[in-house]
Amino acid sequence: MKKLLLIITTLSFIIGIPATGMASPSDDLTAFRAYFKNKFPNVAQDDYINGIYALDAERRAAWKEFEDFAPPYEDAAPYGKSLFNKPFKNGKTYASCFENNGIGIRQNYPRFNSKTGKIVTLEGAINACRKSNGEKKLGWKKGKIAAISAYMASTSNGKRINVKIPNDPRALKIYERGKSHFYAKRGQLNFSCADCHVFGAGSSARANLLSPALGHVTHFPVWRKKWAKGKSGPTAGLGTIQRRYGGCNKQVRAKPFKAQKAEYNALEYFHAYMSNGLLVNSPGLRQ
Amino acid sequence: MRKTAKLISTATSAVILLGCLTLAPATSVVAASAVEDGKKLAFNRKKGNCLACHAIKGGKLAGNIGPPLISMKARFPDKAKMRAQIWDSTRSNPNTMMPPFGRHKILSESDINKITEYIYTL
Ligand code: HEC
Ligand code: HEC
Repeated sequence: MKKLLLIITTLSFIIGIPATGMASPSDDLTAFRAYFKNKFPNVAQDDYINGIYALDAERRAAWKEFEDFAPPYEDAAPYGKSLFNKPFKNGKTYASCFENNGIGIRQNYPRFNSKTGKIVTLEGAINACRKSNGEKKLGWKKGKIAAISAYMASTSNGKRINVKIPNDPRALKIYERGKSHFYAKRGQLNFSCADCHVFGAGSSARANLLSPALGHVTHFPVWRKKWAKGKSGPTAGLGTIQRRYGGCNKQVRAKPFKAQKAEYNALEYFHAYMSNGLLVNSPGLRQ
Repeated sequence: MRKTAKLISTATSAVILLGCLTLAPATSVVAASAVEDGKKLAFNRKKGNCLACHAIKGGKLAGNIGPPLISMKARFPDKAKMRAQIWDSTRSNPNTMMPPFGRHKILSESDINKITEYIYTL
């Protein structure tokens, strides 16, 4: 047995597959892309930002039509812009908290803060900015914070996701935690994120086509018809990526985690890193 | 072995006997309603929701994550094996997407029995 293990270990050394579960993030990313390339040979890598519409021409046509004739999220980013530019009571604005005044930076989030050893999501940075300027925090998953985030993301449209995992054990540990969350089965129904968005991507659960996780984060905050139902106003259907996590956890009858705490921040860190190199296209429109 | 044969023959005659006492039609009514209930449970989104993943004759908007449920008797000569698949799908494949309906108490034992009766007719 020991001998066999030894052989396997040496073999995997030779062919370059890490013997343990601790592959480096960049190896993971290569394998992740290769998996989808193999599964959907006709889908161009850059098209994954379109979710299920990258896989299904018929749905894509209906979606395009809807976007062209009645883009329901049209007012979200302009509303976010007005909030973004409105001075705090102390006269400063959000721009003062961010590099490049907050313009064209979405693609770098979430990021690891080497001073605190924690992950900073874009929404986290927005609320931290408010706090440091003596303003109250906004709710995390929808409403104003989603509008501001959508505006900031829209100024990154056309830039490529560029999440960095520095070679710092604390950052790697958070990355591994997010990766475990993604691949672990959970909830009474016993599904992992990967069950539906890696292995099941392209299959249908009832009438729902399952999207590939590659490209998941590029168009968030997203406008969902489901979220907008019965509501009106510029943020009616808008939600952040962590709002979506909660929904997907609930679907499998798992208790959702709190938004913007360690667990989902780790998940977002891993999840966003897996879309590195893809174009930001926010806000997106989905069912 | 001989003993069991004997037992079976006793049991059979008992059934025949009981059948004469008009109990047999009653049991088949029970079985028929189990199949009917099983179908309802299998299709119900809040219960089995088997259609989420399996095409089943008569079911609308079926998913395709799992194989179509057809020719079940040919695929599972042993009904108990099929029930075991429904009760805990992860025993035969730890990575399966099929939820472990019994092990995770998603469905009651009696619901699983009814679903098994129904699926076995497919
Ligand atoms: C039981 C199946 C299932 C599981 C498990 C699941 N999801 Fe989903 N998810 C869906 C469905 C269905 C949709 C809507 C269709 C689509 O876009 O894939 C969706 C949509 C999404 C979207 C939006 C995609 C887009 O293009 O806007 C994200 C992001 C997402 N899921 C992330 C996750 C994460 C992270 C997990 C694990 C914590 C997870 N999902 C677990 C079924 C699932
Ligand atoms: C989320 C997906 C999903 C759901 C829901 C689901 N299944 Fe399955 N089922 C599968 C998959 C996938 C397989 C293939 C076997 C495997 O994964 O190991 C399978 C296999 C089976 C098999 C074995 C078929 C064969 O020929 O080997 C039976 C029987 C079955 N399912 C019955 C059911 C019943 C009954 C229900 C509802 C109570 C159900 N399934 C719900 C995904 C699902």
